[in-house]
Amino acid sequence: MRSYDVIVVGGGHAGCEAAAVAARMGARTALVTFDPETVGAMSCNPAIGGLGKGHLVREVDAFDGLIGRAADAAAIHYRMLNRSKGSAVWGPRVQADRKLFKAAIQAMLAAQDNLDIVAGEGEDLEIASGRVAGLRMADGSLLEAPAVVLCTGTFLGGRLFRGEERFDGGRIGENAAHRLADRLREAALPLARLKTGTPPRLNGRTIDWANLERQGSDEEPWTMSLLTGRRVNPQVFCAITRTNERSHDIIRANLHRSPLFTGAIGAAGPRYCPSIEDKIHRFADRDGHQVFIEPEGLASHLVYPNGISTSLPTDVQLDMLRTMAGLEQVEMAVPGYAVEYDHIDPRSLTAGLEMRSIPGLYCAGQINGTTGYEEAAAQGLVAGMHAAAAMLGREPAALDRSNSYMAVMVDDLTLHGVSEPYRMLTARAEYRLRLRANNASTRLTPLAVAAGCVGADRCDWFERRAVEAERWQQMLGQELLAQELAEGGLPVKRDGGRRSIADWLRFDLDLADLRPWLDADLDPASELASEVEEDARYAPYLARQAAELRDMRANGAVLLGQDFPYATIPGLSREMVERLSASRPLTLADAERVRGITPAALAAILVHARRLGEAA
Amino acid sequence: MDTIFALSSGAPPAAIAVVRISGPKAGLALERLVGKIPAPRQAKLGRLRDSAGALLDEALVLWFPGPKSETGEDCAELQLHGGRAVVEAVCAELATIEGLRHARPGEFTRRAFANGQIDLLQVEGLADLVMAETEMQRRAAVGAAGGSLSRDVEGWLSRVLTLSAQVEAALDFDDEDDVGGLGPEFESDINDLAEDLHDALAAPQAEMLREGYRVALAGPPNAGKSTLFNRLLEEEAAIVSPAAGTTRDVLVRNIALGGVPFTLVDMAGLREGTGDVIEAMGIGRARDELERADLVLWLGPEGEGPDGAWEIEAQVDLPGHETKTSPDFRLSAVSGEGIADLWQSLVAEARSVMGGLGRTTLARRQRELITEATEALSACEAGGDLLVAAEHLRLARSAFDRLTGRAATEDMLDALFGRFCIGK
Repeated sequence: MRSYDVIVVGGGHAGCEAAAVAARMGARTALVTFDPETVGAMSCNPAIGGLGKGHLVREVDAFDGLIGRAADAAAIHYRMLNRSKGSAVWGPRVQADRKLFKAAIQAMLAAQDNLDIVAGEGEDLEIASGRVAGLRMADGSLLEAPAVVLCTGTFLGGRLFRGEERFDGGRIGENAAHRLADRLREAALPLARLKTGTPPRLNGRTIDWANLERQGSDEEPWTMSLLTGRRVNPQVFCAITRTNERSHDIIRANLHRSPLFTGAIGAAGPRYCPSIEDKIHRFADRDGHQVFIEPEGLASHLVYPNGISTSLPTDVQLDMLRTMAGLEQVEMAVPGYAVEYDHIDPRSLTAGLEMRSIPGLYCAGQINGTTGYEEAAAQGLVAGMHAAAAMLGREPAALDRSNSYMAVMVDDLTLHGVSEPYRMLTARAEYRLRLRANNASTRLTPLAVAAGCVGADRCDWFERRAVEAERWQQMLGQELLAQELAEGGLPVKRDGGRRSIADWLRFDLDLADLRPWLDADLDPASELASEVEEDARYAPYLARQAAELRDMRANGAVLLGQDFPYATIPGLSREMVERLSASRPLTLADAERVRGITPAALAAILVHARRLGEAA
Repeated sequence: MDTIFALSSGAPPAAIAVVRISGPKAGLALERLVGKIPAPRQAKLGRLRDSAGALLDEALVLWFPGPKSETGEDCAELQLHGGRAVVEAVCAELATIEGLRHARPGEFTRRAFANGQIDLLQVEGLADLVMAETEMQRRAAVGAAGGSLSRDVEGWLSRVLTLSAQVEAALDFDDEDDVGGLGPEFESDINDLAEDLHDALAAPQAEMLREGYRVALAGPPNAGKSTLFNRLLEEEAAIVSPAAGTTRDVLVRNIALGGVPFTLVDMAGLREGTGDVIEAMGIGRARDELERADLVLWLGPEGEGPDGAWEIEAQVDLPGHETKTSPDFRLSAVSGEGIADLWQSLVAEARSVMGGLGRTTLARRQRELITEATEALSACEAGGDLLVAAEHLRLARSAFDRLTGRAATEDMLDALFGRFCIGK
């Protein structure tokens, strides 16, 4: 029998981050996986980042997490999405070589102190005195620990669908965790089913690349992790093709063979990443959909066609593919499929992703109803940090909607629950102008350092960065005369007066324009420069949001607590009582965000909270 | 929790008096008085008896079990004969039941609000309705109490949400070719909404309606202000004497005419350099009153009154006293000549300024928030930084949320409850 502080079940993106952060904090940690060889595998698309998702990667990176560094180690194509818009919605994204990514994750985990990788199937939770005591393995052995983090992805009760075919598993060719799923059902945890899907993998040698529009890697030298000095791999290009009427005809003619339409799959899939049969059915008026042709790796001839996830039968998939430009002769290496899996209702979790009814049990990733590597990694970080902090008697970093996308996601999940797989979007963050991908370190690394989540290298790096940030702040405070700028050839009026550099940045100037007036060793093209530049540009909005947040915090002070008796408020409808009881908002401000709660109901809750306060 | 009761119709004597009971013991009270509880929401004739069995009244009895009742609690309603003695006897009998007490002012509404039956805008409307003294106030409040403003705000909110959705789609999904940029209708939708909000802001101000259209009488000493003031009130409200400077302070009277509430203000003569300290203080207040007034009736030398004041020639009864060449009104406060004309014009003017009958009023709090939303929308440009456009739309949404109480800030609720306790 072995004993740990924290046991993590699952070696996907959530599990790896959960285990790594717990170990970094000093907790004795075990990562349990069916097969250590699959740890760090990318189950679906070979890409990390994107709109909203890139923010999550940078935030996990600010906590010294793995995903950003592994993405850089594996990146074979960099692209900053949304570059034409304000930097708060830029989405850093890389194509990642699957083998390199997995190798990078495994190497970082192997180098991590306090961490054991345990091969085997976790079969049952060991519960003692109402709380978690460990994990019973399928071979009968027991791993003892007061905290277990479940990161089972699509493996919990996973079932695969392709046309008329059915398989058990979480990924093609791998087992599913049925016994654990059964035990969780027996423990009366609120489980439900969701669906996701993946497209076929193509043999790149059978693609007519010459006839396809190419998309090269970005020229600018940015990286996913700020700790990565420079790009390490040769960069490849992606290509673009489209579906057309012929492809749509083939799909339409075979809808009756898609498990999504036969009723075989009842669960909801991700609205933001629909299958191709869904797209064609729902947007019948469109004559084509874009398909990105993405290489899976430098040493692999596999290619991932992004945008056509499908569970149609194999023969239909091939026919459909061959209607597209460049793919006329294509061969499939692995056909696409859909997977249906168990998830728990995340409203049963606390903001630390701990199950309220079973202290010591944490859940992260797809098991909580999300989709995406980045969403999973961020939850793994949150759950692992909370589990380790509880075991070590430390305070976890205080995350809230005003300081991180991670908290926006956790708050959404635990208050609203899910009706489809949850994907991060920048629209979900009300304080988006503050929460940029380029200021994640400034926002979060100090909190991460205080919580003990950050290793020595990043601490050193951050201290050096803080010194440079201070220099930038002084620089931006310096005043320049309009006349000087005009004489330097900048488009400002000579009588524009004297303003600080920060103020000038709001007049359609950027730091590069002001280079002659900056200290020579400050680089206006650096990551830090772009951060201070945006801060100056959005300063009036940031100030207003800060004021709004002060008000909101005063409001958040009305505590409702875990046991607020919603059912005793005469006027609340049964539906509202159910929703509030399921998500258990801690404060009045949280209750405002529970869906379907009317203003009149909020007032009623406030009045009753006060009455309870007076009675106490 | 106590069970409360109150006479909720006007002061007796009247044809019918309605006594309402709300709280956990409302049913018990009915059993005690009538013998049994009638079927829910059905009027039933019953004999009301006291504990000794003596008949109190024969009345229509209604039973509304919670939570589908006005307050969300068990409620009962007794429609009595409206004599003072009957009402007093029934209330006295109710008070003998343990756990029952007279309701405090506004308590039924407070309970309805506390039990989630009505939203903030409706409470504000109800507070106004309870306090309404004139037809104009009543009509304005009845709309808000019934939720018409709440519905307007919900409509605006859903339009802003649609606009937000377009911006967010352009921000988050632009790279996926299925979503285009912002269409030309985006800008026109914003303008339409801003225009509707602008119209809404033209609604009468609740404060003006509550306090009355404020008419100040001004002019030098001895111009006949107090005489006119009294004539307009048709009562001896101000001290009137022929010696200059008698009205030392400001006199304020409320009066309703033609369904319109007025506040008439008589003030000390505007005279500089007086040696009398008390009178000087009175004059200081008089200047404040001129600022505050919605309309000034100017009895002084022609053309020397404040901008927009009505020129009044007030002493046509004194032979040879006419000094104004083209006054707006000629009248005599002493004989009453011309007073009816002046009143008619005042009512017409007040009505047009207050936005006429039938419109829901806006209180200052509501006006400020709608203004905030309007400004946010005006700052929202389709062609500019989409992030900034999204931020402005978010600000507009937040203003609407505070308006309906969806963002329930404690300060605002405190202010509201404060008004219920003090206001009546």
